[in-house]
Amino acid sequence: MESLTRQHAQVPPPIRRLDPQDPTPAAEAAPERSTNFVAAKRSIAAPQFSIRRMEVDKVSIHYDAKEAVKSVSLPIRQGEVLALIGPSGCGKTTLLRSLNRLTELTAAAKLTGSIRLDDVDIRLIEPTLLRRRVTMVFQQPNPFPMSVFDNIAYVLREQGSRRMKKKVLEPQVHSALQRAGLFEEVKDNLKHPALKLSGGQQQRLCIARALAAEPEVLLLDEPCSALDPQSTAVIEDLIVKLREDVAVVIVTHNLQQAYRIADHVAFMYLGDLVEYNSATRLFNTPAQDRTREYVSGAFG
Amino acid sequence: MEEEFQSQYGPRWSDQRVGRLLGALVCAVVALLLALIVVVFIQGWPSFAHNGLAWFGPGGNVDEQLNVISQSAETGAGYVYTFHAWPLIWSTILIAGGSVILSLGAALFISVFLVEFAPTWMARILAPVVRFLASVPSVIYGLLGVLVLVPFIGNHLISESQKASVAGVISLTGYSLMAAVVVLTIMVAPLMVSIFTDALSSVKPGWLEGSLALGVNRWRTIWKIGVRAARPAIVAGTVLACARAIGESVMLAMLSGSTAFAPNPIDGLIFVFEPSRPLAPTIVKSSDQLSSPPAKATLFAIAAFLLFSAAIFSLTGWAARRSMNKYLAR
Amino acid sequence: MTPGGPQAQTEELPVGLPGGLTEPPQPPPTNAVEGSSTWSLLDRLGLAFCWFLGLLFCAIAAAIVIYLLIKGIQFLKPSMLVTPAAAGFTEGESGGFSDAFFGTLILGVMSLTLALPTGVAIAVWLVEYGRPKALARVTEMTVEAIAGIPSVVFALFGTVIFSSAALGFLSRTNEGVVFGRSFFAAAAMLALEALPLIVASTREGLNAIPRHVREASYGVGKTKAATTRRILLPTCRPQIATGAMLGLGRIIGDTAIIVILLGATQNFSPVEGAPFPLNYLRGAGTTLTNFVYEASPTGNLNQPDKAYAAAFVLLFIVLLLNAATDLIHSRARKAGTWSH
Repeated sequence: MESLTRQHAQVPPPIRRLDPQDPTPAAEAAPERSTNFVAAKRSIAAPQFSIRRMEVDKVSIHYDAKEAVKSVSLPIRQGEVLALIGPSGCGKTTLLRSLNRLTELTAAAKLTGSIRLDDVDIRLIEPTLLRRRVTMVFQQPNPFPMSVFDNIAYVLREQGSRRMKKKVLEPQVHSALQRAGLFEEVKDNLKHPALKLSGGQQQRLCIARALAAEPEVLLLDEPCSALDPQSTAVIEDLIVKLREDVAVVIVTHNLQQAYRIADHVAFMYLGDLVEYNSATRLFNTPAQDRTREYVSGAFG
Repeated sequence: MEEEFQSQYGPRWSDQRVGRLLGALVCAVVALLLALIVVVFIQGWPSFAHNGLAWFGPGGNVDEQLNVISQSAETGAGYVYTFHAWPLIWSTILIAGGSVILSLGAALFISVFLVEFAPTWMARILAPVVRFLASVPSVIYGLLGVLVLVPFIGNHLISESQKASVAGVISLTGYSLMAAVVVLTIMVAPLMVSIFTDALSSVKPGWLEGSLALGVNRWRTIWKIGVRAARPAIVAGTVLACARAIGESVMLAMLSGSTAFAPNPIDGLIFVFEPSRPLAPTIVKSSDQLSSPPAKATLFAIAAFLLFSAAIFSLTGWAARRSMNKYLAR
Repeated sequence: MTPGGPQAQTEELPVGLPGGLTEPPQPPPTNAVEGSSTWSLLDRLGLAFCWFLGLLFCAIAAAIVIYLLIKGIQFLKPSMLVTPAAAGFTEGESGGFSDAFFGTLILGVMSLTLALPTGVAIAVWLVEYGRPKALARVTEMTVEAIAGIPSVVFALFGTVIFSSAALGFLSRTNEGVVFGRSFFAAAAMLALEALPLIVASTREGLNAIPRHVREASYGVGKTKAATTRRILLPTCRPQIATGAMLGLGRIIGDTAIIVILLGATQNFSPVEGAPFPLNYLRGAGTTLTNFVYEASPTGNLNQPDKAYAAAFVLLFIVLLLNAATDLIHSRARKAGTWSH
């Protein structure tokens, strides 16, 4: 605690833009110094495999004059969980939303660079098709105002142009709920309004809904920030289980959470990707000064 | 002395006092509504009492009945109350029902368009247009209907053979069900649009975004999620529109044909060209007979029936909203 | 720091373009916004129908304005606004509609002075006081019910209460028989008609003011009444004004109440023996709506040209009201508000 305050007093966080070419004096010393990040032991096993599915390549996103994301490059792999961390307004959510072209819905976002899904530029993929392959779960649980069953069935129904029979839908709905670990809790009241579920259940329902589309990549935007610790733990387990079926990208404010569940972590600051590294290394021996400051709680 | 009193016991306009004052005003308004209901039913009671359930049924020519009723006050042979309102009720159902159904459809499409799909320039024109259409006085709609729409229907839409086919029963001039429904739709739809757009644009963005993020296109998202979530407001708007449609009097008095005739769908398509007269215009048309007590009772009975229907609409709407809120509220 | 990389990445840099290209990627090849081109046929037909209806509404509105504008220019003479209607067989002999024009203005002012304070007071009570709960509920239902009651019913109700002996001083009285039709009677019932609009709009304004604003005022020892008068009502002035404009539109546009409660005359008929403004207000009269109704081919006068002229004046007033509402809105939006 004392060292933390001292550090804060001595090195006020610079506000200027990070320039990778600019030799930062502390950069060389970085690997030796250990951070104050004392996390619980990582309990998850190392990934069995990892296949590169998506490719973020020199992506910049502008909102009118403001540059929210500045030339970021990242791989997204199936078999792993990728966490995007950083202080508020660092562009991580914008980057996440651009992965299934949701940024296009909000006015004047302009994207340069390219994002590829299985080596195809996503701008060549029709948006609704892309969003079925790359689905998203939001910060605030947002089940639709319908029954639990209809919430999942909605995704399946609106994908086909023909009306689907309930018999056809049922097994698919059940399996989606099972994958999200919600089936046992709601199997007796699938007809109940989804908004009557608890917050954690609602969020798992949203995950189930996102899984029902049989996506290849699952985007999670701070999925636990509105939830209590118990529900958070359940969802974290779920995310780790899912990483082999889909590539998982999670944006989180919670460093502990990133450390617990992510295999790779990308730290963003003011639109820049400061560091991309395996979770253990990024948290324990960060390569960049700013990363160390952030993960040790000096700012953010 | 008074200043001292104030500083010790608080300001002269204390909250309690103001609260009571406003409360009294509120009670007065509530009492006024109750008085209205009681007065209308009491005044209309003789008409109901003399006719019983037959009041609502068919039988005879309503216009003649009304004449006999209002003249009976002068003959001295006792008041006559015989009145069978079915043609008027039927006309109200056809005109109000037809226009509410048409405007419900139109209003849904227009509000979806306005909220989600219209480009900025279009929305900037359409929104004031809707507000304008809602604020045009009904008598102007009536005038334009009489001078433009009615002659058009009479001269171009109704063929001579159609006129001849019903010549013995009724003359088709253009004052018709169709004219009434078309103009009433233009009057009622903007009302619904303004309620629907409010509701649609306040649907939680998370729901719409959630649906889009699952790869459902914008059209289906707004209909399946937006319109669905806005259903309570849609019901409320429809109820209001129904109330407005059955209560519209002046425009319909001008356009509907003002003959107490009951258009019969069995006649085929020609029935949309047949004239009729709903309940509310009957009150306006016969209001100069108010000095005759039996006529007054009859008109108040019609008003009571309108009040009762309006109440039924609100109750239905309330029940419908309640059942929908099950899914919306936490 | 890893030299050469665009960012400081230590583990494994992501590769560039497939095929080892290092060129920056090309500009987006597809339209950036999701178009309707990929929708199913039914969805696209629906959107086309949206456009059709939207354009149809615009066309109808344009047709109404342009048609009445042409007819107005054709038939309206300024003298009509200052000449009262007269008995005559041709349109030239029968004068203008000045009494109707001034009747509309008088009724608008009278009804609004009744409806505005009442409506605002009801809204204030509902939002700021609202106890007991049951009364609040009943009040809400009452306001909703008033909004749903046809104006003919108000008109009939008016004939009963205003022809009672107790309210005889508000209209013409002859040998103990109260006529019951007067500006007072019509204004009262029109005010009732406008009430729900004013209440709803004011409530919306009051509800939009965050709690902390009230608490800030209570916190310095102000009473609820003072807070309402000094802070809340001035703040929601735009909403109150909007409500007033909507109410005024309803008042000016109504015909049924005028026909039944103001009298089927086309002239002022002041009551003898009363002081100046009261003699007119206690007497029967007419308004523009009533004039249009009577002058239309279905009415008793049947002077379509003059009906057009009066309708044009009426439409002009309505357009003015709409413009005023828009102005209030855009001003209020520019003024800004609290962050919630």
